[in-house]
Amino acid sequence: MSIPALLHRNATQFADAPAYREKEFGIWQSWTWAETEKEIEALALGLINLGVNEGDFIAIIGRNRPYLYWSMVAAQSVGAIPVPLYQDAVAEEMAYVLGHCGARFVIVSDQEQVDKVIEVQDQLHQFEHMIYLDPRGLRKYDHSHLHQFSHVQKQGRAAYDEFINELKARREKLDYDSTCVMLYTSGTTGKPKGVVLSNRNIIETAKSSSEFDHLKREDDILAYLPMAWVGDFIFSVGQAYWTGFCVNCPESADTMMTDLREIGPSYYFAPPRVFETQLTNVMIRMEDASRMKKWLFDTFMAHARKVGPAILDGKQVSGMDRFKYWLGHLFVYGPLKNTLGFSKVRVGYTAGEAIGPEIFDFYRSLGINLKQLYGQTEATVFITAQPDGEVRSDTVGVPSPNVELRIAENGEVFYRSPGVFVEYYKNAESTAGTKDAEGWVATGDAGFIEPDTGHLRIIDRAKDVGQMANGSLFAPKYVENKLKFYPNILEAVVFGNGREECVAFINIDLTAVGNWAERNNIAYASYQELAGHPQVMATIQDHVEEVNRSVAEDEMLSGCQVHRFVVLHKELDADDGELTRTRKVRRRIIEEKYADIIAALYDGSKEVSTRTEVTYEDGRKGHINATLEVREAAVSAVAAKLAAE
Amino acid sequence: MLDQTEGYTTEDGRKIGGVVMEMKNITLRFGGVVAIKDISFDIREGEIRAIIGPNGAGKSSMLNVISGFYNPQEGEVWYRGRKRPPMKPYQVAQQGIARTFQNIALFEGMSVLDNVMTGRLTHMDSNIFRQAIWKGRAEREEVENREKAERVIDFLEIQHIRKTPVSRLPYGLKKRVELARALVGEPSLLLLDEPMAGMNVEEKEDMSRFILDVNDEFGTTIALIEHDMGVVMDLSDRVVVMDYGKKIGDGTPDEVRSNQDVIDAYLGVSHD
Repeated sequence: MSIPALLHRNATQFADAPAYREKEFGIWQSWTWAETEKEIEALALGLINLGVNEGDFIAIIGRNRPYLYWSMVAAQSVGAIPVPLYQDAVAEEMAYVLGHCGARFVIVSDQEQVDKVIEVQDQLHQFEHMIYLDPRGLRKYDHSHLHQFSHVQKQGRAAYDEFINELKARREKLDYDSTCVMLYTSGTTGKPKGVVLSNRNIIETAKSSSEFDHLKREDDILAYLPMAWVGDFIFSVGQAYWTGFCVNCPESADTMMTDLREIGPSYYFAPPRVFETQLTNVMIRMEDASRMKKWLFDTFMAHARKVGPAILDGKQVSGMDRFKYWLGHLFVYGPLKNTLGFSKVRVGYTAGEAIGPEIFDFYRSLGINLKQLYGQTEATVFITAQPDGEVRSDTVGVPSPNVELRIAENGEVFYRSPGVFVEYYKNAESTAGTKDAEGWVATGDAGFIEPDTGHLRIIDRAKDVGQMANGSLFAPKYVENKLKFYPNILEAVVFGNGREECVAFINIDLTAVGNWAERNNIAYASYQELAGHPQVMATIQDHVEEVNRSVAEDEMLSGCQVHRFVVLHKELDADDGELTRTRKVRRRIIEEKYADIIAALYDGSKEVSTRTEVTYEDGRKGHINATLEVREAAVSAVAAKLAAE
Repeated sequence: MLDQTEGYTTEDGRKIGGVVMEMKNITLRFGGVVAIKDISFDIREGEIRAIIGPNGAGKSSMLNVISGFYNPQEGEVWYRGRKRPPMKPYQVAQQGIARTFQNIALFEGMSVLDNVMTGRLTHMDSNIFRQAIWKGRAEREEVENREKAERVIDFLEIQHIRKTPVSRLPYGLKKRVELARALVGEPSLLLLDEPMAGMNVEEKEDMSRFILDVNDEFGTTIALIEHDMGVVMDLSDRVVVMDYGKKIGDGTPDEVRSNQDVIDAYLGVSHD
């Protein structure tokens, strides 16, 4: 079985059902499965006509458009391997990936991408032809190696008799073990690695995950996440071809929210950031709403928070509460969901990073079935997912169907499943380092399985997890995430590996705290002054103590409560090397740079004077001096001990 | 009779055709003020023609003469081989000439789409009664015109503000909407009055891109007035330079750049 085989099945079984929609010229244009098969066949014939051989790599670069999805399937049909790339990558990054896989053909969306490829084509020895979708601005380009998408299809149709047998023969050779797609991991450490996924990986995973969430042909999704990301491939190709649901492509990146509303997808995926932004927008708009509307919103949202999740999970709720919830749906939840484009969402997922419990609960209380999953490219996405009715913000769910989980001695999570990748392309060393002979793959994340529910909880990157002096587990990110869920806290760094107690650095969020200061008439001249303001310190202390209480509830991690903290006098910054460009904390560098403050946090000082080097945006360096107050935070008794007594 | 056949080829290999419009010894006076003094030049098929000059040089007056809004006291305007009589603005529009304005002239309360649709008015035949009944021709026409409008919206990448009232848009986008409205009438000659005025560098780059694309994609002849020398020199095929109502230079950007009169007008001359 292969994706092209599934295409043929769909074109036969659901011939007239919509397979793709794209908004163009203000109207949703659609293609049925039968039409899709014709379009893909024309392109595949065109590719053979251009000289694509079996085993060639075809890079695909652009935003989510039906034509580019067809390109992937057409590539598979002729025995080539599609390699989707991130469209916002700069030319140099593209050069590495294109060179690494040795792509002979590149299919791109528009002039911007054409220009990037042309810029680096001298480095690409195997590169031969480029096919583009949008001809705009490309009229004057040298067309000896450049082809318009529609022309390639036209030539393919014209050469039908010549190549159709060849195409059929190539398609029939595809089986479960042939490569379906190659996806490059974004590469936070080192160069990107090409993850080879077979038809078995994709189809088996699509099959079991579709059954898990009861996906059906009538479902709709909005394809707006990068095509190079494994998630988009499994949702918009794997599951779409397996179940036959419709993939909808937005008109442009800017119209995503309007298009979401118009389509009203029934199956939806977004990273926590998207949900967060939408919630913030709702809250800001509610601030400006009339008093009556605001009162309605506040009253019914309070009620929804109380009973909404329970109703969603099908638990026992009193008749009166149900009636109130029904009223709320009429006045608030329904219209709000409609505005957000979530009226029809039956299954929604968030993943990638931790989502704030408040944000998570907001959507669930509206009756949106938002769940979490945990996965990675090497697993063809799914490692764990939350089943309906067992959804919580602090777990990532139970092992997905056919996935085996194992927790190693050091807490690292290992998995084995039909979705486990074939190999890293041209990198046997990394393949061997990640996947062992029995097929177990290391995730690089530390976690544990809750004994009573069987849910997996991820606590941190495995290399950051340590032990406290008394032997209990030290997982800094677990605590930092809890701290960062407060809008006032932008960044937090927790220390304590090998020590008796944990301490923390806190960065305030200037937007949130500054806004609060403005509303309360608190004057401040600088970031430093605001950060050290007694009322700000008191607020942060409340947050820390609240986090301690919640950490204490967890017996494994209760040792990670923050005993003392400082609010830093400067924002941690990538320019100073304290964060990565993707805003991840670089612990070792921070630990070295602020050794004096850490020492003060452990030796019982009440305050600490420090001098810090800063790099300005233009590259000049300067120093700031500050005296920071060391605050003690109340620590809660450990729940485990209480339970034992 | 004018020479209609001879053209030239630009540096980047575009073929420029014969003369579309010719200004012959134009003089324009407002009372005692002479805004334009004895100027002659031509605009050729498919070219991007710029008119530049310091403040008060008479550039906008010149554009208004081209668009038929002002009638010069002396001189003749020849359009497509025929001498043009004084005309009403709608007659100019029917001839296939469209323009944008220096200080945006959109319908502020209407959506972007409606504003763009007004650019199709000269192409609509059905009267108010047919439109009200909305059957047959009126409906067909609207569908046709909407499609044209949507193609321009797509071309200028303003889909995300299709339904937004113009009054809510920032300046740079309003300029783009104005260009859309001018384009949707499928003009053969497009007049742009300071298309980049008041824009930041990024917006200027976008606008330059669009102007080049319009010329490339639709083969539209473009005459533009611009302040920003850098933009003009990059964009246009030939440039007319004006100062105090007189023509002081005419030629390719390189020729104009090395013209001593032009340098003097822009940098000033010392009087010692």
